[in-house]
Amino acid sequence: MSDTAGRIIGAIERPPPPPRRWTGQRIAGHALMALWVVMGVGLVAFLVGAWDAELFARYAPNYMSGLVVTVQLVLISIFLGALLSAPIAYARMSSNRLLAWPAYAYVYFFRGTPLLAQTFLIYYGLGSFRPQLEAVGLWTFFREAWYCAVLAFTLNTAAYQAEILRGAVRSIPRGQWEGAASLGLHTFQTLRKIILPQALIVALRPYGNEIILMIKGSAIVAIITVYDLMGETRRAYSRTFDFQTYIWAAVIYLAIVETLRNIIDWIERRITRHLKR
Amino acid sequence: MRISSRVSLALSAAALALTIGAAQAQEKIRIGTEGAYPPFNNLTADGQLEGFDIDIANALCEEMQVECEFVTQDWDGIIPALQANRFDAIIASMSITDERMKQVDFTNKYYNTPPAIVALKDTDIAGVTAEDLAGKSIGVQGSTTHANYSEATYTDSDVRLYPTADEYKLDLINGRIDAANDDITVLEEWLATDEGACCKIVGTITPVDEIHGLGAGIAIRKGEDELREKFNAAIDAIRANGKYKEINDKYFSFDAYGG
Amino acid sequence: MERTLTLLSFGAEGWGDEIAAGVLVTVSLALATLPLGLAAGFMIALAKQSEERSLRLAANVYTTIFRGLPELLTLFLVFYGVQLGVQRVVALFSPGTSIEINAFVAGMVALGVVFSSYASEVFLSAFRAIPRGQYEGGYAIGLSNWQTMRLVVLPQLVRIALPGLSNLWLILLKDTALVSVIGLSDIIRQAGIAARVTKEAFLFFGIACVLYLVLAIISSIAFGAIERWTGRSEPAR
Repeated sequence: MSDTAGRIIGAIERPPPPPRRWTGQRIAGHALMALWVVMGVGLVAFLVGAWDAELFARYAPNYMSGLVVTVQLVLISIFLGALLSAPIAYARMSSNRLLAWPAYAYVYFFRGTPLLAQTFLIYYGLGSFRPQLEAVGLWTFFREAWYCAVLAFTLNTAAYQAEILRGAVRSIPRGQWEGAASLGLHTFQTLRKIILPQALIVALRPYGNEIILMIKGSAIVAIITVYDLMGETRRAYSRTFDFQTYIWAAVIYLAIVETLRNIIDWIERRITRHLKR
Repeated sequence: MRISSRVSLALSAAALALTIGAAQAQEKIRIGTEGAYPPFNNLTADGQLEGFDIDIANALCEEMQVECEFVTQDWDGIIPALQANRFDAIIASMSITDERMKQVDFTNKYYNTPPAIVALKDTDIAGVTAEDLAGKSIGVQGSTTHANYSEATYTDSDVRLYPTADEYKLDLINGRIDAANDDITVLEEWLATDEGACCKIVGTITPVDEIHGLGAGIAIRKGEDELREKFNAAIDAIRANGKYKEINDKYFSFDAYGG
Repeated sequence: MERTLTLLSFGAEGWGDEIAAGVLVTVSLALATLPLGLAAGFMIALAKQSEERSLRLAANVYTTIFRGLPELLTLFLVFYGVQLGVQRVVALFSPGTSIEINAFVAGMVALGVVFSSYASEVFLSAFRAIPRGQYEGGYAIGLSNWQTMRLVVLPQLVRIALPGLSNLWLILLKDTALVSVIGLSDIIRQAGIAARVTKEAFLFFGIACVLYLVLAIISSIAFGAIERWTGRSEPAR
């Protein structure tokens, strides 16, 4: 709209805006925002004041290697978990009880117990079965903390991803299946060409959340000697007792999660363009 | 019972949200320890603390005529917890090092024993130098002088940090690591048990003062000189009156106090 | 087998009593966190749907931070950071006084903060599911703001939010496991001590998992009952 036109219409039709009064909500809102700003400034001031070039030079490489471990662990687990989740979701939706029940039990176990307990169970619990594992040649795998961590995280995320997949496939109306069937497509074709493309749109946001949950959940992995970002942070803190070590970790985690969230938002906007009316 | 009292303590604290107290009354001293470092401090099956540190602490408290209360705390948070006033002193085999002295004050040492390397009996590790251990994985408890030493010395080895000593022992038995580095008394105590039968001492490490410090002392918050002097006097007293020897002989066949 | 039974017995030789105490800590921590998290989450949801921009912004900053940080890190920030901060502030006013935030309270605050930021989203979408007409109806029969909220909106809100909240409760139960890292004797920590001392790692961590499953099942039953109870006023179809 052109500027002059807007001004004329405004001049003629718009009543004078009511004064913005200082309601209780407004005061509270400004007070809370002021509190956040003060805390933010305080934090920056703390980090500037506590800046220690020597500390930074000593621990920044550790943080970097920790970050790499975190990212690798999450990416590998999410990928392997995705592969594993498809058969689990299929079994879970199957009408055959022999398939459905074990899948249900699997999902219930891994979603019902803490990741911390699962990690301990796999690393130390299975570690005590060394002779048996050696007999079947699996010990070289379970010997390494890294593989145990990947296994625990993969099994865990597979359970969550299976539920995401199941929910997404369920959200596609029956008519889509029936329509495909009437065209003579068999089940696998229907799944691949009709159902999954629609289901993945529904599943995108839960998948994104699952990746974020894994990034946050992976912070426990240092307890089995895999030193990720959180582990390196704790190590730096236990040597320096300088609280900024934790603040830096918080900044890094927040930056990763926020970036990821924005990327997911962007992808979602892109792939749902055709659905906008 | 210790644990149930801790639960009720936690619950009452939750109700109050914050426990506000005036500066500690001197009749009671809260002592922080780890409870996972036999023979110095560890938990029994019924949740009781036992060990050399615990006996020494009790003897010191008796000497100072104060009541002692033990608080268990994970190792890597034990200094922050002292600073945060969760307890008043740490008696947990903590070595007196420069790095820690920046954060807390120490009493004089109450024992000093050298570190050592332990490995499976059929190991091919011949000594304790960096070359001997090159390419091997070494388990060590995180945030300890031993961790600092291992990370600084065994640069060609895979040094793995564990939350407690029990965990690297578990992994050493399981064969996940090739060797472990800790205080010799801790390792010998363990070798004497059934599960320690797997392993042997490869050799002792000559302590490096800058890393290993000057023996184990009692850590207290900075500036509490009065408490420190009381502890120092009590240590001297139990050394003199035979109480220390009595406790020492219960655990060791040599004088742990060191030269 | 006999050894296993001895290990799990409640006497001095067994770890049954220690683990039972751990269950008590886990459950009481989760129960203590719940009202805190629900109340804070509700307030934040109110702030988020306020017409005041600054209030919405403040609430969004809160949820962005606490949904972005790993729960374990939040726990450490509260346990060490708040402690040091409070200590410093108190020292300004009355030197010599000490305030202690114990592991239980630190866990409660950290888990409550995380719970509330997720709960606010659940409440917010529940608020949005309640048509404006419900408020207008309330005002039309002369109810005040507060009365409308309490008598008209809340009963429906609870019903809509319940499935989401029950989900968050299950997550909370699992997240309590993290407090074992700051030294609170919950299920995991007690199982871990037992595993280290007895070298029966699989047994004790397996038991820990089973205990969490049992807690989850009990919770599901309880939530089922609550859902039926709140659903009784729903119009029959």
